Amino acid sequence: MHFLYTVLIDPFVQIAGDPRFFVEVLTGGLLTGVMYSLVALGFVIIYKASRVFNFAQGTMVLFAALMLVGQMEMGAPAWLALGTTCGVMVGLAFAVERLVLRPMVNQSEIILFMATLGISFFLEGLGQLMWGGDVHTLELGIPSGPLTLGGILVNKLDLVGAAVAGLLVTALALFFRWTSVGRVLRAVADDHQAALSVGVPLKVVWVIVWTMAGLVALVAGIMWGSSLGVQFSLSLVALKALPVLILGGFTSVPGAIVGGLIVGATEKVGEVFWGPALGGAVENWFAYLLALIFLLFRPQGLFGERIIERV
Amino acid sequence: MKAWKGAIGVVAAAVAAGLLVGGVAEAQNEQFVPRLVYRTGPYAPNGIPFADGYADYLDLVNARDRGVGGVKITYEECETAYNNDKGVECYERLKHKGPTGASWVDPLSTGISYALLERTAADKIPLIMMGYGRADASYGPVFPYAFTYPATYWAGADAIIQYVGSQEGGLDKLKGKKIALVYHDSAYGKEPIATLEKLSQRYGYQFSKFAVAHPGLEQKATWLEIRRLRPNWVLMWGWGVMNSTAVKEAAAIGYPMTHFVGIWWSASEPDVEPAGAAGKGYKAANITGVGAKFPVIQDILKYVYGKGGGHATKAKVGEVLYDRGVVNAIYDTEALRIAQARYGKKPLTGEQIQWGFEHLNLTAGRIKQLGAAGLVTPIHVTCTDHEGGGDVKIQQWDGHHWKTITDWIKPHRRMLWEMYKASALAYAKEKGITPRDCSKVEAAAK
Repeated sequence: MHFLYTVLIDPFVQIAGDPRFFVEVLTGGLLTGVMYSLVALGFVIIYKASRVFNFAQGTMVLFAALMLVGQMEMGAPAWLALGTTCGVMVGLAFAVERLVLRPMVNQSEIILFMATLGISFFLEGLGQLMWGGDVHTLELGIPSGPLTLGGILVNKLDLVGAAVAGLLVTALALFFRWTSVGRVLRAVADDHQAALSVGVPLKVVWVIVWTMAGLVALVAGIMWGSSLGVQFSLSLVALKALPVLILGGFTSVPGAIVGGLIVGATEKVGEVFWGPALGGAVENWFAYLLALIFLLFRPQGLFGERIIERV
Repeated sequence: MKAWKGAIGVVAAAVAAGLLVGGVAEAQNEQFVPRLVYRTGPYAPNGIPFADGYADYLDLVNARDRGVGGVKITYEECETAYNNDKGVECYERLKHKGPTGASWVDPLSTGISYALLERTAADKIPLIMMGYGRADASYGPVFPYAFTYPATYWAGADAIIQYVGSQEGGLDKLKGKKIALVYHDSAYGKEPIATLEKLSQRYGYQFSKFAVAHPGLEQKATWLEIRRLRPNWVLMWGWGVMNSTAVKEAAAIGYPMTHFVGIWWSASEPDVEPAGAAGKGYKAANITGVGAKFPVIQDILKYVYGKGGGHATKAKVGEVLYDRGVVNAIYDTEALRIAQARYGKKPLTGEQIQWGFEHLNLTAGRIKQLGAAGLVTPIHVTCTDHEGGGDVKIQQWDGHHWKTITDWIKPHRRMLWEMYKASALAYAKEKGITPRDCSKVEAAAK
């Protein structure tokens, strides 16, 4: 009986008793969710255009951040390190297309997924070989620290993260909608075979989407690296992106943002108001529980494409 | 011509055989130490300096002293990546290496040590959990092959509360104060809870606990709760990225760093450096001294790094986890030295070295001889007491370096000992273990 009270009644009593605190938790959750979205976007870009679930996206976040901070520690100015890292991510896209994807044309999706698993381990090892296993401090002058807005405490870095994510989503939406390359990518996403039949070069498409995912990974790496320091745990943020993808849909750029907001808000509110009744540290599985419920009723996610296959 | 060829062949064979015999003889005079390390993965920033410090001390002993009692120490590293299954795999792979098998094993992981607890007892190989693992394994009658010196998490919790009390003007002043624990949601993180709850009953402080899900990348919810609670002190049992994230989040809610105290696994440079200036003032308990000023560390620089060796970069020598690796190796090799005094200066088995661990009496005088005064806390391990009664210091981050800010603090072992014993006996009952009678063990040893 007591358990039922702590789960069904007490959280709402607490929320009603201190609504300002509830808003603070909710705001913190929404801002955290946007940071998850930054990682989820990279998954979406590749999946949307190639139906490949890129397991290496989390490691790409780490690798890009390591490349950047490693060069800066060697004395390179930030702009140069940023430019070089962008170049490396473009090079990585070419290498992945040439060495991994091209030899696997016509293989099933699960084989390509396994290949990305290999890419993940390779990049993690390469990153450590090049830059060591230490924690690196990334200082790009991004504002951080507490800020009180209308009595609500927020972190400046989270606000910057939200702004960056907003810009990124807008840019990607415009890119997909209004550029010729974007149209090509959408065509490939709609129907590979049809796109190929009208002369869309699949190899080029793959390079483009992996480049875009690499650059998004760099942005995510900068934001997460500024927050936590650049360290190997960064690759684990991909775990936070998975429920976001399930919620938002694997093929929707706005879905990644909305999914991130829902996951961030739910896990924080769940942790604070329902966590004590459930033993604490619930935020990890709370997000997956939510994703599981969504899967039951809407397998394609909120904004994903409904796939109907007739046999 | 044929005779010449035959003679050359015979000489060559003799030389080869001589080299082979010499090599085998040399290999026979080696003491093998398996090294379960993690130099990759999310916990590598913590695993690397510890592994480096440990290996560098063994190299120092070989280079400066020609091993322990003339027996060269050899070691082989196996990468666990802080995974329990890999830890067990590494242990199984290395336990039969060397002329006498594994001397002891230090997994540097509470999870791996839990996984190895029964295996090592069955294999008669000492399991060293220096400042980690099961606290109740300090009770030797139930855990003959497990050692927890110089202090357990329970002792760490007690020492931190003593420090907090001293800052408040006395332990009696803790009544009514709020103390919160932020902990890694794992067996490791939960270790101090029972002690802190018991102490809260004794001293009257209000105790709250906040679990952080692994790996601890995101703690916003936890720290908003702490902001609402407004505790007088926050304690932390974290590991890896959880530590630096916690320090940053504490700063983000404006929590005073001088009232934030971590356990010794939340007390290294990688734990505070990512937080930058925000981490200044943060405190942590430690079971060793800090820095490179100690003669033993200077010897490592001279005999190991000075001759082109060494596992770390010179700048890392003297960091918290590097020093802890050195200290761990000091304790282990001293136990070997003691075992050699009884069984002879030759490679010993794990079972023989266990005797050395159970008679490890590292006095202040011996520590000074080792060049480690202030770095190592004296311990006296016995058949019954595998913790050895080591002490704890508190250190503080000044924005660039850790500085020790207290002398050694003695945990209240009388209370802790009752807790160790009760918990160990419950474990023995559950597992059907008959506790040893240490008076008989000691008598038989004489």
